[in-house]
Amino acid sequence: MFRRQKRARRLGLLVLVAPLGLLATGGLWAQSPKYGLGRAPSPEEIRQWDSSVAPDGAGLPEGSGTAAQGREVYANRCSKCHGAKGEGGDSVALAGGQGTLKSSKPLRTVGSYWPHATTIWDYLNRAMPFKNPGMLSRDQVYAVTAYVLFLNGIVAENAVMDAKSLPKVQMPNRNGFVADPRPDAGKRTMR
Amino acid sequence: MSDDSAMGRRRWLGLTAALGAGLAGCKHEAPVAEAELSQLGKPVSAYGERSAFETARRTLPETPTPEVASSRTPLADSCGILTPSSLHFERHHAGVPKIDPAGHRLMIHGLVDRPLIFSLDELKRLPSVSRIYFLECAGNSGSEWGQKTGGTAQQSHGLASCSEWTGVPLALLLAEAGVQKGAKWLIAEGADACKMQRSLPVDKAMKDTLVAWGQNGEALRPEQGYPLRLVVPGWEGNINVKWLRRLKAVPEPYMVRDETSHYTDLMPDGTARIFTFDMEAKSLITFPSGGQKLKSQGLYQITGLAWSGRGRIERVEVSADGGGTWRESKLQEPRLPMAFTRFDVGWNWDGKDAVLQSRCTDDTGYVQPAKDVLVGVRGLNSQYHCNAIKSWKVTMDGSVTNV
Repeated sequence: MFRRQKRARRLGLLVLVAPLGLLATGGLWAQSPKYGLGRAPSPEEIRQWDSSVAPDGAGLPEGSGTAAQGREVYANRCSKCHGAKGEGGDSVALAGGQGTLKSSKPLRTVGSYWPHATTIWDYLNRAMPFKNPGMLSRDQVYAVTAYVLFLNGIVAENAVMDAKSLPKVQMPNRNGFVADPRPDAGKRTMR
Repeated sequence: MSDDSAMGRRRWLGLTAALGAGLAGCKHEAPVAEAELSQLGKPVSAYGERSAFETARRTLPETPTPEVASSRTPLADSCGILTPSSLHFERHHAGVPKIDPAGHRLMIHGLVDRPLIFSLDELKRLPSVSRIYFLECAGNSGSEWGQKTGGTAQQSHGLASCSEWTGVPLALLLAEAGVQKGAKWLIAEGADACKMQRSLPVDKAMKDTLVAWGQNGEALRPEQGYPLRLVVPGWEGNINVKWLRRLKAVPEPYMVRDETSHYTDLMPDGTARIFTFDMEAKSLITFPSGGQKLKSQGLYQITGLAWSGRGRIERVEVSADGGGTWRESKLQEPRLPMAFTRFDVGWNWDGKDAVLQSRCTDDTGYVQPAKDVLVGVRGLNSQYHCNAIKSWKVTMDGSVTNV
């Protein structure tokens, strides 16, 4: 944004000092949009495409589910690759690993590593099951999200997950992430 | 450290000695015969193929799910700085979609004054630029963290490639849409089956990010995002979203799976670094490298590639004694920021064991670190963003292996 403002100031200056030039070229320094290509999407088009979910819950749709309701969907659609209890199999473990991140064999799972519960909903909704992404209903996505949280001991079996409650779930590793401090190795003055 | 002794100089550039050794090692070959002149060759063709004698290929992983996998560029077979599109590394999360460009759209929405949808034709009517940039997966050289390092340049460093990309600056599109003051990030989304998405800072989008449709003089390959992808110069591969279909301007990053669960670097204290975007300065000797063999002692050109996500490569040094002494390498032109730079230096192999290394310095003054330095800071659990110095051992029989 800063750069844009700076450019806007520069353009403003040009308008002040070069009005004759502008007139001569037919006013090509028009306000943006400069090219005027593309069209405005309809609100319906935006609604259909915009499936992204923010950590504060923005973008989460209507619907709800509990771990109890998610158990069966998980067994049918997820357990083959991720294990009956989320312990992993052909694909990664979803549960366990809490307390291992400092060890020589860290186990990064939803429960031990993921900082936000909204990410589970978003990823299940857009990318799972692997061979049929997008097949789960909204309620099913809430329910499987709840079940994965339940497998990690983060929510109770009958806790209702919806657009209001999911962003409030406290993930164990919520504060485990730090900003990029690099360069951290190999920095040296030019010779 | 210093290698400016007369001895050192002679060992590296002693041309007389090198030529002598080279001639001494020369075996008698059969005289060159006249080629067969009488047979007509193949006629002209619509889309070219390489010589049947050339066999460089991407390596394919053994996995039951090759749709979420990577293939690696045969860097040791490369020359110059560009990677042929057909050999550019791949990393997919839900396979390569088949997209008809006529129906493909890019939507820009969120915190913008004018939400917009562009067709490919409309994007191509806008002013375009072409830029040469490397692209490197954050997981490239992940093998190098462990004891068992990659045995060939392709295995250890093949998740990096370099192309000329053609497209429209994202800054131009954002100006058309009128990005609002509160928008600090863009959520970029692909049109692959998993609709892969990443959060991209607006500052980087405005600085040098491209919405590209061209690669190496033709349309993007499907594996590289056809018909449209982000090219985010110098930043980890995953954020260069392929099959780009949507950009949403938002105040904060969305903490999506591929920037939290994946591509974050776990430190020894149990914290993890997030948004480690820059691919730091890195170099690799591609000849002699693992799996190759020197047939005789004498003069060779050690050559390789260096690149930095923070700018231009200013210097590459090469060692033949495992980092004990270093010799300045020549840098070939062009030497472009955030692109592969080719280096080479003459070396007279005396037939004895040697450990070859290269280390590069970029124009920020950053020097590629030794592995033990990097591990000393980051430990062994960080998986991603490994840019340690790579060693190749030449043994007396001329074979080259990883150490």
